[in-house]
Amino acid sequence: MTPVEPKVSRRGLGRLGAAAATIAAMGAVKAATTSAAAAPPTGGTIKVGILHSLSGTMAISETTLKDVMLMLIEEQNKKGGVLGKKLEAVIVDPASNWPLFAEKARQLISVDKCAAVFGCWTSVSRKSVLPVFEELNGILFYPVQYEGQECSRNVFYTGAAPNQQAIPAVDYLASENKVKRWVLAGTDYVYPRTTNQILEAYLKSKGVAAEDIMINYTPFGHSDWQNIVASIKKFGTAGKKTAVVSTINGDANVPFYKELGNQGIKATDIPVVAFSVGEEELAGIDTKPLLGHLAAWNYFESVDNPDNKTFIDTWHKFTKNPKRTTNDPMEAHYIGFNMWVKGVEKAGTTAPDAVIDALIGVSVPNLSGGYSAMMPNHHITKPVLIGEIQGDGQFNIVSQTPGLVVAQEWSPYVADTKDLIGDWRAPMKCGAFNVKTGTCTAGKKA
Amino acid sequence: MIRLLTALLFVLSLSSGSARAQDADDAFQALASGSFDQVRTGVAQLVASGSPRAAPVITALQAGKLYASSDHALFIKQDDDSFVDAATGAPAPDVMASGVKPVRLNNAVRGAIDAALGALQLFAPDPAIRLQAADAVFTAHDPAALPALKKALATETDTTVKLHMQQAQAAALLVSDDASEADRLAAVGVLRARGDLDARGFLSSLSDQPPAVATAAATAITSIDRMLQLWGLAQSVYYGLSLGSVLLLAAAGLAITFGVMGVINMAHGEMVMIGAYVTFTVQQALHAYLPAFYPASLLIAVPLAFLVAGLVGVVVERSLIRWLYGRPLETLLATWGLSLVLQQAVRSIFGANNRDVDTPAWMSGATQLGGLTLTWNRMYIILFAILVLAALMAALRYTSLGLRMRAVTQNRRMAAAMGIRTPWIDALTFGLGSGVAGMAGVALSQIDNVSPNLGQSYIIDSFMVVVFGGVGNLWGTTLGALTLGIVNKFLEPVAGAVLGKIVVLVLLILFIQRRPRGMFPLKGRAAEA
Repeated sequence: MTPVEPKVSRRGLGRLGAAAATIAAMGAVKAATTSAAAAPPTGGTIKVGILHSLSGTMAISETTLKDVMLMLIEEQNKKGGVLGKKLEAVIVDPASNWPLFAEKARQLISVDKCAAVFGCWTSVSRKSVLPVFEELNGILFYPVQYEGQECSRNVFYTGAAPNQQAIPAVDYLASENKVKRWVLAGTDYVYPRTTNQILEAYLKSKGVAAEDIMINYTPFGHSDWQNIVASIKKFGTAGKKTAVVSTINGDANVPFYKELGNQGIKATDIPVVAFSVGEEELAGIDTKPLLGHLAAWNYFESVDNPDNKTFIDTWHKFTKNPKRTTNDPMEAHYIGFNMWVKGVEKAGTTAPDAVIDALIGVSVPNLSGGYSAMMPNHHITKPVLIGEIQGDGQFNIVSQTPGLVVAQEWSPYVADTKDLIGDWRAPMKCGAFNVKTGTCTAGKKA
Repeated sequence: MIRLLTALLFVLSLSSGSARAQDADDAFQALASGSFDQVRTGVAQLVASGSPRAAPVITALQAGKLYASSDHALFIKQDDDSFVDAATGAPAPDVMASGVKPVRLNNAVRGAIDAALGALQLFAPDPAIRLQAADAVFTAHDPAALPALKKALATETDTTVKLHMQQAQAAALLVSDDASEADRLAAVGVLRARGDLDARGFLSSLSDQPPAVATAAATAITSIDRMLQLWGLAQSVYYGLSLGSVLLLAAAGLAITFGVMGVINMAHGEMVMIGAYVTFTVQQALHAYLPAFYPASLLIAVPLAFLVAGLVGVVVERSLIRWLYGRPLETLLATWGLSLVLQQAVRSIFGANNRDVDTPAWMSGATQLGGLTLTWNRMYIILFAILVLAALMAALRYTSLGLRMRAVTQNRRMAAAMGIRTPWIDALTFGLGSGVAGMAGVALSQIDNVSPNLGQSYIIDSFMVVVFGGVGNLWGTTLGALTLGIVNKFLEPVAGAVLGKIVVLVLLILFIQRRPRGMFPLKGRAAEA
């Protein structure tokens, strides 16, 4: 290449700098207006932190959760707030950047003095803020299904633990579809790895041979599924009914399902049950090739009962969009927020220690027609629903557990954790109590 | 499996009329019951009853157009949203959409429907439907289908359909109780000749066979496996070519902006993303205003994506890049910032969610070539990549703009002295590269998510391809893309997708250490500069 003489003048560079500064300033102004808009004019308020990514890769999932929190807070304020005070939302944007999550969490607790924080989606973001919440004694409500193996005093897990999602789904396939051969496919990070470790141990305990389990990991955002789908197809020709248990992260599912469809694998041949595909993800997909594939959640938008109908109507009105879908983590925030309100009213204060103690045993309606209760292990009871994907992007509920399932925060199928339990009531007050040795392992924190 | 094919036997041998009517009534009751198990038996019963309404009702059920009222009456929704009575086919004008609910399906019911329709359609006039039916019967392999198959085979004229029916017959025969050993051995032979994964799957599911048949089945499986292994190699090459064509499309634009102009353009991926969003917008617009042209949406999107992304490229060059020529580090930072700005802009306009870009019917599915499965969308993308590459090369070689571009990049001062307006050529070259990236976006919208992050997943790969192939050389880019694609697809089954990617990266680094200018470095004075 020929060298190009530098053409930029000092003035030009200055202009460029000015432009950059303008962009930065615009960002700042935008941030300022959001928090101003959220602040009600009254005096005595209780601040509620919302720690969800509004930009970057996770914005796709987390923006909705910010919106649902704003709706819940607005509804609560219409009912007169909590303890006679109005609630005020403090929104921060951790921008899908894990260390930034910790920084923003610190800001929410020590600068903004939030009484509780609702936030995080990925496990790595939760792990990033965990030390902050424990150090500053904050309260975090975490709304997403996760791999378990954690029980912190300062975190309330309103999403599903593996036994509230993965294991019932596997049981359904084994009993309804007589599945004997299993493909555990996942994205390569902590949630799929831990879940698959638990599932593998569970399947083996049920007598599934090692050669009937295939485990496959792919990078984030994997889009070329050709030979993985081909090998799944091949794995399915050993004369036994085969199913795929997918912990593939949201985005990579679309090309995965498309490839399944193109290679002619139908749900009646090899069904796929997914743990990260909900209404929100399906909204961006042509669902024809997905017909009949399954998902396991604790809530579906298609749940038919009055509470859910009211919730959906309020959501459509709040977002002024009659097509916005609802999903499982939104329900988790709905439950978590109502629990927090009840806990604060029970404690009569927003002081963290009192609220943390008061929250255990609180029970509020969930949206699938029952009540969910906060257990001493800071996880909640939930029904487990299995749905088949329909042509319209909704789920057809084909199975529901008869009762509520209590979360196992420490998996009994993993050797290291099978003797552990978490119980934050006095006198135990321990997140990882070893019932064999009678000691609290891993300190009093988790 | 279901006993519906036993029932089919009844149909063919004709049972008494009144019993049939009774059966049909029972079947309709079961279909309206709302329980999956009953619906499944209802499907079987309905076929068994031999009612002439069986085919339309089951087809409607499959399409989700069968509705049940609260008092268990069944109606079929027509294309014009009116309803007809399912049992009689008479119009039912007083049925309201609000008063009926669709009959729900699950996978078990769907399987029963496939098998039922297969049995019903073995005698359909259209050979394509008969072929589907034969395959459905093969999947169900119910021995009760044997008489029907025999009858269908006797009248079948189409050789392909006949072959598939014979295979279905062989499968059903092997699981029946009363076939002779000789027949069984012959059946294993038929399936061995079929030689695909389905045949392998069926053969390995066999149990309780006479020893000679079991041995024959085992040998057949080994032979099929050996054949499949050979085909597997060819299949991997195809996968590699397909991945390579995607890489090539993504990198072709960069080969211009980075390879020819030397601009480290981190916002290249965002041009691809813009192309994908143009496709989405075109589809939405066509859907709303010109539904007749909807099937051609991708063809319309290609030139539009080129123009939009190209225009964005020209604007970017004029407003940002031209101030930074010769300063790679600043260019890198500025374009990286630009990529974030573009992503957030798209996120603000279209929302953070993925956008639904439809795949036209002619791009879905696959065709079978021997043991190869060739998916249509990938085939079209390979073809599209070849066309784009050819057009790009032709543009550089045969147009006056191409001539000027080459002149400017080879010797800027001389070109300027000859009267070429070099700044404008810079802008147009950058626009060309961006436009090609936009066209790649149209193709990628078919295989990947249309989201603001689309471009990010391709930027690293694109740079890898361009550097590996030799900067400034389109042939090098092509060969680089195909090599990386094929190596990746051969490594993936061995090492896994994650490790495979790492291995490729390490190999690439080692290669660049030995040959810093890539596979095909530019020679001559231009390269020294």
